[in-house]
Amino acid sequence: MRLSRRLSLSEIFLVPLILFIATGVGLVTALLGAGLWDIISWVGLLAPVAVIVWAWNRRSHKH
Amino acid sequence: MTNGAIRAWYQVHKWTSLVCTVFLLMLCITGLPLIFHEEIDHLLEGEQTLTALPADTPMRSLDEALATALKAHPGEVPLFMSFDEDRPVVNVTTALSVTSPVEAMNFTSLDLRTAEIVAQGNFATDGVMDFILQLHIDMFLGLKGELFLGFMGLLFFTALVSGVVVYAPFMRRLNFGTVRAARPRLKWLDTHNLIGVVTLMWAVVVGLTGVINTLATPLTDYWRFTELADMIAPYEGQPVPTQMSSLNEAVLIAKAAAPGTRPQFVAFPGVRFSSNHHYAVWLKGATPATEQILTPALIDATNGTLTDIRKMPWYMLALRLSQPLHFGDYGGMPMKILWALLDIATIIMLSTGVWLWLAKRKSSTPRIAVTAQVKPAE
Repeated sequence: MRLSRRLSLSEIFLVPLILFIATGVGLVTALLGAGLWDIISWVGLLAPVAVIVWAWNRRSHKH
Repeated sequence: MTNGAIRAWYQVHKWTSLVCTVFLLMLCITGLPLIFHEEIDHLLEGEQTLTALPADTPMRSLDEALATALKAHPGEVPLFMSFDEDRPVVNVTTALSVTSPVEAMNFTSLDLRTAEIVAQGNFATDGVMDFILQLHIDMFLGLKGELFLGFMGLLFFTALVSGVVVYAPFMRRLNFGTVRAARPRLKWLDTHNLIGVVTLMWAVVVGLTGVINTLATPLTDYWRFTELADMIAPYEGQPVPTQMSSLNEAVLIAKAAAPGTRPQFVAFPGVRFSSNHHYAVWLKGATPATEQILTPALIDATNGTLTDIRKMPWYMLALRLSQPLHFGDYGGMPMKILWALLDIATIIMLSTGVWLWLAKRKSSTPRIAVTAQVKPAE
């Protein structure tokens, strides 16, 4: 579980930053129009939800 | 960051969270059914169906629809007429006086193709959804309650920011997305941190737009006493006219003054969103973003001429745009479902946060579990 080396700040925040931007894009695009704009929005908002489900499914019971 | 700085941020996170969590939990739980309020209302009240008529049936005039509505409510005056989005229906709000409270107002929905009534009722707040909405807006405490919840929203924002700052030292030796399920404490700590960091953008936007929405009353009042007062200054002190010009003409003149817009609603002379002397025709744009941008056109109700048309100032635009971004009602049913899932994730984050704090307080070796994880960052 615990890594032998320490992660840098950019390693720690890489995925959170991608999700931050994806959600932000998703929140804005649906304001701009319907159709494709809505679909981009759904993908952007689905990203954080999908990551929570993914992380929870691979949770480790080992120490 | 030094150990001291991390501890300070952790204290900020702990105390802002502790103060706002109970209220945020209430907001998230009441907010969940509110995401689907339209669908729930339809289920509870049943869908109205309009009479089938040929597609090219001409529209009756707005004046005719208004006259029908007023005949159904003798002794009442018109306050607003609003326009349905996806069907040829207008809704007329009437009351005994232009200053009547919302609970005393009646509405009449009319089919514009026939000028006949399709539905009527009042705005008395008695349903379960009204109860949930009022709890969510102000906890039945009026403006004070509203502003208090706005302050809780600011604390929530501070808790999110400080939470991200302390996330870094926690994750020094853990890969992104790690959930250690061997011990409950670590499992909930990892879940809390994970949800907090991945839903950050959504929580910040919904939180801050919620804060802006709590300022709706003061911002609207400010706009009325500055911009609107300025627009109607030449007419100050004049009484509400007894003979009014054509409403239908007023809406046509307003639309012509702002091409590409549709009317959202008309405020009649004397009500809060107009002057004593004008029809205020509130026009909106055609996309989800521009339909939030309302442009009021003031039409002199004695002679039917355009007095003034002005764009809304930036703070009213911010207020208007804060509504869809808070409600999540601008991207169809998939967006509503995602909004609900993100809301549930936030409920889990809030409750695991409280659980972690309680568990630590009970534990005989306080702080160790946390400080062991917190290594100073360079």
